[in-house]
Formats: sequence, C-alpha cells, structure tokens
Amino acid sequence: MPDQLLFAMEVTLNGLMAGVLYSLVALGFVLIFKASGIFNYAQGVMALFAALTLVGIMDGQVPFSHLINAVFGTEIHHFGWHVPALLAIAFTMVFMVAFAWLVNHFVLRHLVNQEPIILFMATIGLAYFLEGFGDIMWGSDIKKLDVGLPQGLNVWIDETTFNAFGYGFFIDNLDIVATVIAALLVTALVVFSQYTKQGRALRAVADDHQAALSVGISLNYIWVLVWSVAGFVALVAGIMWGAKSGVQFSLSLIALKALPVLMLGGFTSIPGAIVGGLIIGVGEKLFEFAIGPLLGGATENWFAYVLALVFLVFRPQGLFGEKIIERV
Amino acid sequence: MKDNVESHVTPDGRTIGGVLMEMKNITLRFGGVVAIKDISFDIREGEIRAIIGPNGAGKSSMLNVISGFYHPQEGEVWFRGARRPEMKPYQVAQQGIARTFQNIALFEGMTVLDNVMTGRLTHMRTGLLEQAIWWGKAEKEEVANREKVEKIIDFLEIQPIRKTPVGRLPYGLKKRVELARALAAEPMLLLLDEPMAGMNVEEKEDMSRFILDVNDEFGTTIALIEHDMGVVMDLSDRVVVMDYGKKIGDGTPDEVRANQDVIDAYLGVSHD
Amino acid sequence: MFYREAGDFKTSYVQDAQTFPIAFDRWRYYFVLAVAFLVIPFVINDYWANAVLLPFLIYAIAAIGLNILTGYCGQVSLGTGGFMAVGAYACYKLMTGFDIYLMGADGEWVRYALPPINIFFSVILAGLVTAFVGVLFGLPSLRIKGFYLAVATLAAQFFLVWLFNKWAWSYNYSASGQINAPTRSMFGIEVTGPTTEPWAAYMFCLVFVVALAWLARNLTRGSVGRRWMAIRDMDIAAEIIGVNPLTAKLSAFAVSSFFVGVAGALFFAVYLGAVEVGEAFGIQKSFLVLFMIIIGGLGSIFGSFAGAAFMVLMPVLLKNVLVGTLGWPTDLAAHIEFIIVGALIVVFLIAEPHGLAQLWRLAKEKLRLWPFPY
Repeated sequence: MPDQLLFAMEVTLNGLMAGVLYSLVALGFVLIFKASGIFNYAQGVMALFAALTLVGIMDGQVPFSHLINAVFGTEIHHFGWHVPALLAIAFTMVFMVAFAWLVNHFVLRHLVNQEPIILFMATIGLAYFLEGFGDIMWGSDIKKLDVGLPQGLNVWIDETTFNAFGYGFFIDNLDIVATVIAALLVTALVVFSQYTKQGRALRAVADDHQAALSVGISLNYIWVLVWSVAGFVALVAGIMWGAKSGVQFSLSLIALKALPVLMLGGFTSIPGAIVGGLIIGVGEKLFEFAIGPLLGGATENWFAYVLALVFLVFRPQGLFGEKIIERV
Repeated sequence: MKDNVESHVTPDGRTIGGVLMEMKNITLRFGGVVAIKDISFDIREGEIRAIIGPNGAGKSSMLNVISGFYHPQEGEVWFRGARRPEMKPYQVAQQGIARTFQNIALFEGMTVLDNVMTGRLTHMRTGLLEQAIWWGKAEKEEVANREKVEKIIDFLEIQPIRKTPVGRLPYGLKKRVELARALAAEPMLLLLDEPMAGMNVEEKEDMSRFILDVNDEFGTTIALIEHDMGVVMDLSDRVVVMDYGKKIGDGTPDEVRANQDVIDAYLGVSHD
Repeated sequence: MFYREAGDFKTSYVQDAQTFPIAFDRWRYYFVLAVAFLVIPFVINDYWANAVLLPFLIYAIAAIGLNILTGYCGQVSLGTGGFMAVGAYACYKLMTGFDIYLMGADGEWVRYALPPINIFFSVILAGLVTAFVGVLFGLPSLRIKGFYLAVATLAAQFFLVWLFNKWAWSYNYSASGQINAPTRSMFGIEVTGPTTEPWAAYMFCLVFVVALAWLARNLTRGSVGRRWMAIRDMDIAAEIIGVNPLTAKLSAFAVSSFFVGVAGALFFAVYLGAVEVGEAFGIQKSFLVLFMIIIGGLGSIFGSFAGAAFMVLMPVLLKNVLVGTLGWPTDLAAHIEFIIVGALIVVFLIAEPHGLAQLWRLAKEKLRLWPFPY
C-alpha cells in the first residue's frame, strides 16, 4: 500500500481514539443536559478536580497545604502515606457525590426556572470557582497520574501492521484502554437510562420538570444523582486524560472541546455524543494531516468549532438532537 | 342570505366595505397532521369577523397563516385584491396586519410604554447613524411616535402603568397592553387571538367595549378568535366556524347559530 | 429629602426621555464628568493609570459593546477576545502603513503604499473593520440561537487567535509574532509608545469612552434599541410585529463589534503597547468581559461601567491586601480571585440577574423615599 494512505489510516485510527476521549467528556454534558436542561460548562473543571483529588489522595497530599503554609508559616505538604489506586478512586467518588449535593443545594435549586443561558453562565461561574478551589486545595503544579494503566506503544499492533503493510502503526496502549473503558461506560449508561427505574425517572425529568414532579419524582434526588454520575464520568475522563498528559490546568479546557462534539451530535443524545466525538476526533486529525501544512499548522485549535458551526447552520439541532419546534 | 360584495352600512352606522383579505383553499399540514383542510373565507373591510370552533380546530393556526408565520402547503392568501406571495412575518406586519397572541407575547424586559412603542416599529424609519447622533431626525421621530402611542394609552386607559415593567402586571392588564401594542401599528387588519381568555365578566365587558371602539373610531378591520359565545354573538358581523381543520359554518351570527353542523360540533355528535 | 421627583414635572416628551430625569442624578453626572476631565489629568500618575484607570476605561468600552450584543439583543457571544484582537491588529496595520492594490486604468493591479494613519482615525477605522468582521461571524445567528450561538462564537474566538498567530502580514513579519505600538501623537502630544505621559493616555481613552457611551445611550433608547430588546425578549413575536430579525441581529453584531474593536485597539496601542495574541486576546478575555456585564448588569450602560470597575479593581485590591499586607504568595491570591469571581457570578445570577446596576437602582428607589420607609 502507498505510504500516504498508510499514514492516513494511522491518523484516522488515532483520530478515532481521540474521538473516544472527547465522547467521554461529552457524555457527562449530555447526562446533565438531559436531566436538567443545564449545559454544565464546569464538566471539564470537574474532570480536572476529580483527577487532582485522586492524585492528592493517592500521594497523601495535605489539602490546602499552600494556604495553611501561607497563613501559619508552616512547611507541611504530605501526610507521608500512599493510598492504592482503587481505594483512592472510591474516596474520590465520595468527594464527587458530595460536590454534586453541594452544587444542587447551593446553586441549582435556586435557578430552577431560569433561562438556559443564565444556567450556562452560572456553570461558567461554577467552573471558575472550582478551578480556584481545586488549585488551592491540591496545588496547581503539574502532577503525574499513575493508576496502573498500561501505557506506551502497543508492540503487537506495531509488529502485525509492519508485517502486513510494511509500515508499523503507532497506537498507544492507553488509547486502546480508554476506548474499551469508554465503550463499557457508554453501554452502562445506556442500559441505566433505558432499563432502570432511576433512568426512567431521569428521562421523565428531562422531558418535563412539572410533570415529573406531579408523578412523585423528586427533582433534587434526580439532580444529585445525575451530577454524581456526571462526576463519575468526569473522574474517568480525568484519569484517562491525566494519565496521558499529566494532571494540569489544560485538562479543564476539554470542556471547550466537548462543545463542538455536542453541537454536532445534538445536546440531548448519548449516541450523538459518541458519533459526534468520533467525527470531530477523526475530522480534526485528518484535516490537520491533509490541509494543515498548507495553512501553517495548528488547525486543531479551531477546526472542530468551524466544522460544528457549518453543520449547525444546516441542521440546528445536530445529528441526533430533538428538532426545535417553535410555537406561538 | 345576504352576501353583498359592495359596501353597505350596518344598522349601528358602521360602514363595511369590500373584501380586504381572502383565504382561498388553504391547506396546512404538519408532517402527517392536517391542521387546516381546504378552508376558504373572506374578511371585509371594516367588519368584525369571528373565528370560532372547538379546541384544536385549527383557529390559531389559521391566524398564524394570516400572520405569515406558517406557510400553507396549498391555497392562496389574497390581501387588498392581490395575491400575497410567500413572505416573512415581519413583511406581513409591514403590510398593515397586527395581532395579539393567545398566550401573551409581550416583551417582559421592557416597560409598558416601550412595549407599545415597539408596535410603532413598522412606521419608524430613521437609520442607525441618525439614531446614534439622536439630535435632529431621530429625536423628532421618537417624539412624534410617542404622541401617537400616548393617544392609544389614553384610549385603553393604561396611563398609570406606562412606566411599569410588563412582567409585573396582572394578566388582564397584560392583555390590554398587548392590544395597545397591536393598535399602535395603526393596522388595516387586527387579529385578536382569544382576547377575552381568562377574564371575568367585568373585564370582558371592558375589552368588548375597547374592541368595538377600535372598530368604530379607527375603522380597523378585526378578526378574532373567541370561545365566549355571548361575546361572539354581540360583537361580530360575521362568523366562521371551524372544526377539525374544516370549515363548517360561515355567515352572520344568527345564521351560524341555527346551523345544524355547528350545533352538532359543539354538542359533540360524532362525525365520520 | 434632596433626592426626589416631587415637584419636578416634565412638560415635554423630550424631557421625559432624558437619560437622567431626576435633577440630582443629572448634577451628579456633570460632577463626575468634571472630575474626570478637569481633576484627574492633573493628579494621575503612572501606577494609577496603568493599574486602574486605563484598563477601566478600555474594558468599559468593551463591556458596553458586549452588553449591546448580549444584554440588549440577547445574542450571547464568547468571541470578545477574538474581536478585540481584530481591533488591535487592524489598528497596528493602520498605524504602521501598508500596501494596497487597486485596479489601474490599464486593467493592471497597481500597488499603493498607504501611509500610517493618525492614531485617532486608526482606532476608529479599526473599529469599523471589526464591525465588518463581527457581521460576518454574526451571520450564523440567523439560524442558531441561545447557547448554540455562544458555542458558534467560540469558533470565531479560536479561529481569530489562530489567524493572527499564523498570518505573518498581520504582525509585519516580526519574528516573535508580537506587535509593538510605535509612538504616535495627537496635537503634538504623545498618546502611544513608551514615552507617553499617563495623563495623555488617560485623556485619549476618556474622550473615546464618553463619546462611545453617549452613542450607545442614544442607540439603546431609540427604535433600534427597542428592536434589539424585542428580539432578546421574544424573537418570534418580535418578527410577527414587524421587526426584521436579520437587520436587527446583524446591526447588534456590527455596533457591538465596533465598540469591542475600538477597545481592542486602545488596549494594544495605548495601554499595553505590545501584545501577543494568544495571551492578550484568548478565551480568558472573552470570559472576563462576560463576567463584567453579568456582575455589572445585563442591558445597562451604567452596569457596563460598574462591572468593568469591579473586575479591574478586585484583583488590585486582592493583591494589595493579600500579598502586600498579609504577605501571601501571588499565585494564592490569583486562586482566591478565581474563587471569589466564580462565587460572585453564581450569587449574582441567583440573587440579582440584573447585576450591580439593579442593586444601584433599588438603592436609588429607597433613597427617593428617604427618610420615609414607604
């Protein structure tokens, strides 16, 4: 096979992997949006916070050490213990559920009947708050996240493709793991949403708050549940991205990347988040590969948005979203 | 059956002219649902035309077709003797058609005065640059339109609330403000979508008086959707009756009242 | 007792439509203008100009611009940073002069060297260029609404930042990608460049602020303002009563972008002097201006000033208190700033969506009755 085609295939595969990670983040958005009509801009920062907390717990960091040291003049940083990965993940989930409850209690309850744009801006405020809070609690230096996931070049694929095509594909093990985990997570979420009592309640709430209330569904309970699930998704996404590039501020920027994914897929659709993520992941990489050099490179900064924008102009509700019917 | 094509004078002294608006064989579909099926009727200049029918008959949809918000798949709309091409709602408004809405569509972020002033927008012509400078043309136009609006505010007796944000008003007053906004456009044809909805007897009498005054003093043609039969019989010159998207009656209130199909529709006799 | 309307009757609609109908307000406004023009230039120093006054004035212009688009017309934009960049780079090119190509008499392209344009006109023309770009990126608003539109404006934000990074002509092929404002003067007094006096820079910006605020006031109280607000409140009803949504939305984008472009030009030329597009005009800038109008008050010109003042003063205050007085490290102060800003946004959106401007209005209403309780 010609080299260019092989390169393109490799780029496509990597794009698919990246797309899976995008979808993972986008899923968290879809869940919250479906249940409460809120577009949670803070989802990305939640992933960052979850990852920070995980590392902090695993490494035995003292929370707020920076602040404590500044106020009291001390020099403490670590407790000195290490917590195994799985246990740390469990503890982090406790944090995320607590966070979900706090957000619902202090923010969401008070914004129940507001327009979507107000809710969106509130989540932007929340994102800033959480970012500052996370930084103060765990420190803003880059941290390494190691939960025991396999990393590095997948040797088997490299050798097999080299033997078959004369060119070895570079596929990272971590990406493969991420894809598998994401697929499992998505399946679990779909099953949850379609077949469990809570899932049905979630869909009822997404459809009509008032009607859901009138059949006895507790909005507060559903919202805490949803934000907890979203917190879990954020944690998984945080682990994946964090293992790949270290836990740092730029993790919160994935929220921004998830937006074009959602625009393409439709804000209310789980399959849409997946398909959208894959399209964006592949599209970005292929565009940069094929046309990027002509434009000076770094087109990945904006390509996803322009693609989504063009798409929206022709189909405002996205691929799988509900058609927006306006009545007078 | 009186069906004069030329203008005539009603017993109470109003002049009803020739045909102002005519709907010809209008059919409106939403996917598989047929909201309006092959309906034709006309509206005469200066008359008060009621459109009545059970819920879901397609009356509001008909009003939306007249407003240009919905585009019928079949049929034609004729306005002032000429076929109206498919146009956007704001162009329809510029032609001289104003309306009120079933569920009140006031601009909640603005005061009563500003809301009524928006009714004048089809008459306000100054450009962006002139308004940025304000002194001169823009100020003059603003004052001239303000005077017109104040007359309408007087007419509908809403002076005390002119600076109140609309969101704070009770339902009945909101309906009156919406009427003021529609009147401010000095329309040729005024469409009223259930103007009496949610009102008590006293408020209905006030609103009826306003509607009659509008028709009498300004000569505005009025088409209204209404459920209160008493109001319909008292106010309107002619009535169109719709049921399940079809027209089942068309004539003076007395004629329609005696129509067996209309009686069946309201009493609920099943049709095929 | 001194703040009241009783006895102050308006005898014409012109009087009723004034910006400051209550006499006390009007006098206070003149007083503020007097202090701004006649007192501050003589007492201003470098620190106050650079830390507080210049950013306040410039961000006020940007905030008014964004408020016109988002607060008055309801079109949310997260592209403010990118549009400020357009203003800055357009101003730079106009200030330094560039070549344009025109069709000559014989059908051949002829190259003319456009000379550097006076700074005042450079800023205005930069605003006009930004207005044009704004209209372009505003076109999707005709099909996309609400926060779908907000996300679409992100396309503008990221694309524009990338553009000014890659398009070497825009930064005169400098190796670092940075643009530097050359020294320019008005009436013989320097207003840009390293040797500019603080009072000159301040006055230059002040003139723009007062003029633009006046224009904004006129636009928002006239029929175009009403068109914008109608679209914001209920765009379908607005269209049915006769507002052309295309011209209304695009005019909002145009005017808003003009303001934001002027702010960007001043930000670069007068305030910073040298700018690199990624750090100066990135998405953080878009959020900053958005926070200004949320905290200050959506749909209010006074609110734009209040919000700008707040967001400019708060970090300065925090730094002085936490770092200066308490001796805490600066990054801690920065994190606390994030926490405070984030919390305030949420609090304002819950408790007072109309921001400081509404709180101010309520305070004035209480004052009208003072000393009576009701």
